[in-house]
This record gives sequence, C-alpha cells and structure tokens, in this order.
Amino acid sequence: MAKPMDQITWQELEVGGVVIEIGNSVQYETGSWRSERPVVEKEKCIKCMFCWLYCPEACIHQAEEGHFEADLTYCKGCGICVAECPVKCITMMSEEK
Amino acid sequence: MAKTSVSSPKNVERAEYFASGHRACQGCAEVLAVRLVLKALGKDTIVAMATGCMEIISSPLPLTSWKVPWIHNAFENPSAVISGCEAGMKAMMRKGKLPQKKINFVGMGGDGATADIGMGQLSGALERGHDMIYVCYDNEAYMNTGIQRSSSTPYGASTTTSPAGKKSIGQQTQKKNMVQIAVAHNIPYAATACPSFPFDLLDKVKRASEIEGPAYIHILSVCPTGWRIQPADAIKYGRLAVNSCVFPLYEVVNGKYRITYKPSEKKLIPVSEYLNGQGRFRHLTDKEIEQIQAKVSHDYERILKLGEEG
Amino acid sequence: MGKVRKGVEVSIAIADAVTQANVDLIAAYPITPQTHIVEHLAEIVANGELDAEFIPVESEHSAMSVCCGSSAVGARTFTSTSSQGLALMSEIFFIAAAMRLPMVMALANRSLSSPLSIWNDHSDVMMVRDAGWIHIFAENGQETYDNIFCAFRISEDPDVMLPVAVNLDGFILTHMIEPVEYEDDELIRQYLPEFKMKNTLHPDNPVSMGCFGMPEIYTETQMNREAGVRGSYPYILKAWDEWGKLTGRNYRPVETYRVQDAEYCIVTMGSYGGAAVEVVDTLRDEGEKVGAIKIRLWRPFPLDEFRKAALGKKYLIAIDRAISFGGPGGPVASELRSALYKKDGAPTMVNYVAGLAGRDVSPDDFRKIILEGKKKAQSGDTEGFTLYGLRG
Repeated sequence: MAKPMDQITWQELEVGGVVIEIGNSVQYETGSWRSERPVVEKEKCIKCMFCWLYCPEACIHQAEEGHFEADLTYCKGCGICVAECPVKCITMMSEEK
Repeated sequence: MAKTSVSSPKNVERAEYFASGHRACQGCAEVLAVRLVLKALGKDTIVAMATGCMEIISSPLPLTSWKVPWIHNAFENPSAVISGCEAGMKAMMRKGKLPQKKINFVGMGGDGATADIGMGQLSGALERGHDMIYVCYDNEAYMNTGIQRSSSTPYGASTTTSPAGKKSIGQQTQKKNMVQIAVAHNIPYAATACPSFPFDLLDKVKRASEIEGPAYIHILSVCPTGWRIQPADAIKYGRLAVNSCVFPLYEVVNGKYRITYKPSEKKLIPVSEYLNGQGRFRHLTDKEIEQIQAKVSHDYERILKLGEEG
Repeated sequence: MGKVRKGVEVSIAIADAVTQANVDLIAAYPITPQTHIVEHLAEIVANGELDAEFIPVESEHSAMSVCCGSSAVGARTFTSTSSQGLALMSEIFFIAAAMRLPMVMALANRSLSSPLSIWNDHSDVMMVRDAGWIHIFAENGQETYDNIFCAFRISEDPDVMLPVAVNLDGFILTHMIEPVEYEDDELIRQYLPEFKMKNTLHPDNPVSMGCFGMPEIYTETQMNREAGVRGSYPYILKAWDEWGKLTGRNYRPVETYRVQDAEYCIVTMGSYGGAAVEVVDTLRDEGEKVGAIKIRLWRPFPLDEFRKAALGKKYLIAIDRAISFGGPGGPVASELRSALYKKDGAPTMVNYVAGLAGRDVSPDDFRKIILEGKKKAQSGDTEGFTLYGLRG
C-alpha cells in the first residue's frame, strides 16, 4: 500500500519516481464522487454482462446471487450501466435517500 | 456488420489491466476505450503514453492504475518513446540479453498529442516501420487542459479557443483526417473504432497486434464533460456518431479499405440527431447543420467507394 | 587485439568506442559538427561490426525520446548532438535526467543561433546546465575515447542511474586527427559490466514510469534527484580510478598543472586546457608564477577539488566560452565565484569570454589574456567579463 502522497519522504521514493506497486490506484475510493447509485432488480438481470463491459470504472462484478452489480467503493454513478442494460433492470437512486 | 470474433461480453477477456480508482470523469468513454484496448492486447504489452487526460487520471504519484508496463515521458513523443522501447528490446533479444518474447509495443495519445504536437513524431515512427501500434484516443479537443480546440475538433464545435460567438461558428476548420495521413505512410494496418461498438474495437486491436509493422487505430472517445452531454449518454453518442456516418467504422489493410460497419436503413440517422443534445453544437443554425450534413454525406460516400474498390 | 595506437579523427574514435562498448541502440539526427560520429556508426552497424539498432530519427527531439524508450527497457543507449539539436531536444533532455534513464551522449559543443554558427563554443552545454545530467569535458582525442567508456560505466552504475554527456569541442576535436591509443576489447569487457537496471519496462515485472507529481510530492522528487546527482561523485571517481588502473590513464574532476607553487592561475574547460598548459610553460620561462586549473567534471560540480586548487592563490583568470546575457559574468566564472564565496584565501577573479563560435585563440592570445587579466586583477578591475578580441 502506498503511503499518502503528503507523507512520503524523499528517501522513500523509488529512483526516478518509478511506481512498482502496479494497479495501486485501488487505494483511492472513487465511490465518494457519486450523488446517485445504480440499483439492480436482481431477478430481472439476464447476466448478459453488457453493464460489466461498458463500465469505465471496471467496477461491475458478479454478485454471489448471480446478478451483476456495481462495487460501490468505486462506482461514480455515471449511469452508463442503466442506459445500456438491454432489459432495463437498473435504476439510479439518489444517495441522499 | 462485419462478423467479429467475439460478439458477446461473456466471451470478452475478463482480466483487467487498468485498475479502478482512476480519476476519469463520470461516464468517460475514453478510459473505457483504454480498458477495452488493454483487454484485447493482454499482459505482454508495453505502453508509452502522451501527457493528457488518460495520463493524468491514471498516474498521480505514488498511485498508478496501470497493470502493464507503462511510461509517460512528454506530450508529443509517445510514438518516439515506444519506437525506442521496440528497437531497444529488439536489439537486446537478438543479442541474447533478454529471452525472446512477443510483446505489443503501443504508443497512446489523445487527438492533441497525435494530430497536433506529435504529428512529426508519429510520421517518423510510421515511416521507420517499427513493429508497434499507435492508438489515438480522439475526444476532439484538448480536454485535459480545459476543452481547447485541436485540429481534430469537428467543424462547428464550440471550444474555449474556438468559441462560438457573434462572429464565429466555433471551430472554423474541418477535422484533420489522421487515418488518411497514417495510410499515406504505407503502413500495413489502420482503422477507426469506437467503444460503443466494443466487439469491432476489440477485433481491430487484436488484428493490429498480430500484423508486423506499424498499425494506427483512431478511436472516437466520447467526452461528456467536453461535449456537454450527460455522462450516462457516453455510449449512446458514440453510436449516434457512427450511425450518422460522422465517424464511419472501417479498416485499411495494406492500403485496401474495408467498411466494418455500415448502418442499415433502419439505423442510419441524420447528423442533426447526433449534433442535437451536445452543448458544444448548441449554437448551430439549421442551415449550418445542413452544411455539415452535406459534408458528412460526401465524405461517407468517398469512404464507401474506397471500400468497394478494396 | 591488444593496445593499438593510431592517428584517427576524433569523431571516428568516438564511434569506435561506442562499438567496443557494445551499445544496443543508437538514435541520432545529423547536425554539424557531430555528423561524422553518426555516419561512422551507421557504417559500422551496416557492416555488422556492431550488433545494434541504428534509428535515424526525424528530429533531435525524437532522438532523445527514442533514447528514453530504449534506456527504459534496459538497452545500452547512445546518442550525439550539438547546438540547435540540443536546444530542440532540451525538453526531453531534462526529462531523461529526471526519470533517471542511463545513456551516454557525445555532445559536440557548438554555438547557438542566432546568427547561425556551426563553430565551437560552450553556449549549447551551458543552456542545459541545470538539467541534472553528469557532464565530463574532454580536452583531446584520447580523453574523448576513454571517457565514452567511463561515461557508460558511470551512467549505468546502479548507484548513479543518470545520463552522462561527454563534451568535446566541435571541429577543434570532432574533425581533428589525433593520436589515440585504442584499448583491447577484452579490457573494455572487463571494465564495462552488462547493463542491468533495477526497474525496466518488461511485462514480467510491470512498473509505471513518469507518473505526474502534485505539489504535495514534487519537492521530494526533486530532492531525490539532487541527492542522485551529488551522490554520483564518489562513483565517478571510482570509475576513473578503475580506468586508470587498467589503462594507466588517470582522470580527475579537476586537473592541475604547475599549480602548487603558482601565484595565480588560468582556469579553462574543454580543449583550451591543452593551450593553457603550453602557455603556462612559456610564461614560467618568462618568470611568471602561473599555473593552469582545468575543470574536467562540470556536473556534479567538484567543489572540494576546485577549492583545493584555487584557495590561497592571488588571482584567477577564468576563461568562459559562452555569455550569460545580462548576467554577472560568464557561466563558469559565476560558478567559480560562487564556489569561492567567503572562503579563506579566495583569489581575486577576472573573467574573459573567448573563442565564441570557434574564433581562433592562439597561444599568443592566451598569453595576452593571462597577463592582461593579471593586471586587471591587481587593479581591482574585476566586474563582469571581458570579451577578448572584440572589435569596437
């Protein structure tokens, strides 16, 4: 895990500022960005995986129950999955609820 | 529609080479394109990227979203940097300093990096014939620095440095045709693609990685922030761009054109349907839209003809 | 093969050294007076005498970009340029050092435009003074040949990891036939280990190079860089030391000639060092107690060694080969004044700028500069610089 940006000392940096911990952006939880979240009607989901394919955050995964849903740690609430779902089983709900 | 090797998301590569936690805007179709391109290429890929949206959102020191080897050096030079990676590796493998391995060498840049500041470098890399792929993510302006025009900004679009005003329609020049410029270098493969047609995109990237020599792929990357549309409409607008023939999907294999998607009569739409709803075209009059339609139709006819000759 | 002593054009000697160093990639764009270096390398590669990728790029900016990509995958990389080429690639020149990408450049010093001039001076290297590269100055063909190997050794040292420029005066060295003793291939193999970089671009061990820096972290990255440049000093000495043991030719960051009992000294950098030594002997015969200080290592600046040579002398006459317009003096003199600031025994300094764009500075001219400079120092006329040989 990378230390927070403003705590790293100059000695701790890799030479040349190289980052060797690949994919560590997962430390930054972009879920805090959203004002609406996608909610899936689980039984309606046909598991076509188009939501997974079109998600710019790569945060849609198959839930234990078998349907596909967004990982709210990263979901920015863009609504693409809602727009692209062929059976319209996803709706956006306000975070304020 | 040309038959694609994969036609269902279930058969698309599951592995992710671009991690969540990146800072792209909500609904960014460009980062989606990056995600899909990497799926088609796989882990044996080295990427050299230009300064721009994708570089900034993916690499705030000490974090990175990249799971393949990645280098950002400067704005105009991903084509030259990746030339160096390709040639350096080639020499090392030939001299036995590294074991032989098929690696995809990919230069990536936005429209500004590719069509403007990096044109000379791209031309040099293509002319030298490196075994590489160059992917241009075209969101039609310098989006990262705040929506300034590039030579890839379409005619009539309003940007901060080509604003629509009392004396201006916005962008006053026609979009520079980078695919034609690439093809003029006699490279074995060039193509247009759009993440709204994901299977077509995946196939083209795959094809590019399999040919020997330089390949150029131009990807229309819908930018809700810069185009002033709803984030949820990012995929929809890519479809509209293609179905209105504003952005035709085709490939050029050793100079032979092949249309990979021709909108059916049912799918074909007038450009007004594409332009409407985009804030950057909001100021256009019906007459101006007619002019744009005429040009789009003319250019599409030309591509169709080239496709027939092929 | 054994040692071979030959009369050879220095550009050719450089190309031959690059060949013996078994470089993997050369990327260069032609510019006078570097052309013979890259032409000879192209020939060598075309004849299979060196197994390397020769990339004839479409601009110097691309040359340095290609070199960065090449170094990033761990290939031994070489390039060469001058003047306008260096100016054009300067964006990436700075980045190469910041990203700690080892490579060697033969920098054939040539004056900057405008007006266009293909002849020699140091305005090009002074332009990139603060880029963070290691800079070595060669005085003659032998030094140039030797330092190509030392440069690779230093650059690729895991404790250094910085690009290195071997500076040589354009035309004065590049196009001169000089006596150079070529070392044996086996000796070079012994001296230069294979280039192994800790983090390279390779799918087996992916890394991200060139992430962007927010204000919260940028300062720390720059300190890391500064520590790298300063910290390279002992490794530079070590590389020269080992070269000396193997070949009998020893290099030091500051070379001194008849300095120990000198009353005052001339300070030069580059090929003028040869002339300085000659003139010191002439003046000594005339009764002048003069010595010559020659700066070989420009960056990292050899503070201790320079102070050791200069402190205690009455006067220093520093010769610059470039002007820093509107500045307090020539670039070299300004740094020397800075190095001596408030130090006990700091000599009075006088600054001459001479030989811009290759204008000839004969031994007689040197003699005049030294004697005139001494008078200026004695009378307290030490402000700014004197442009030697100026008409008007």
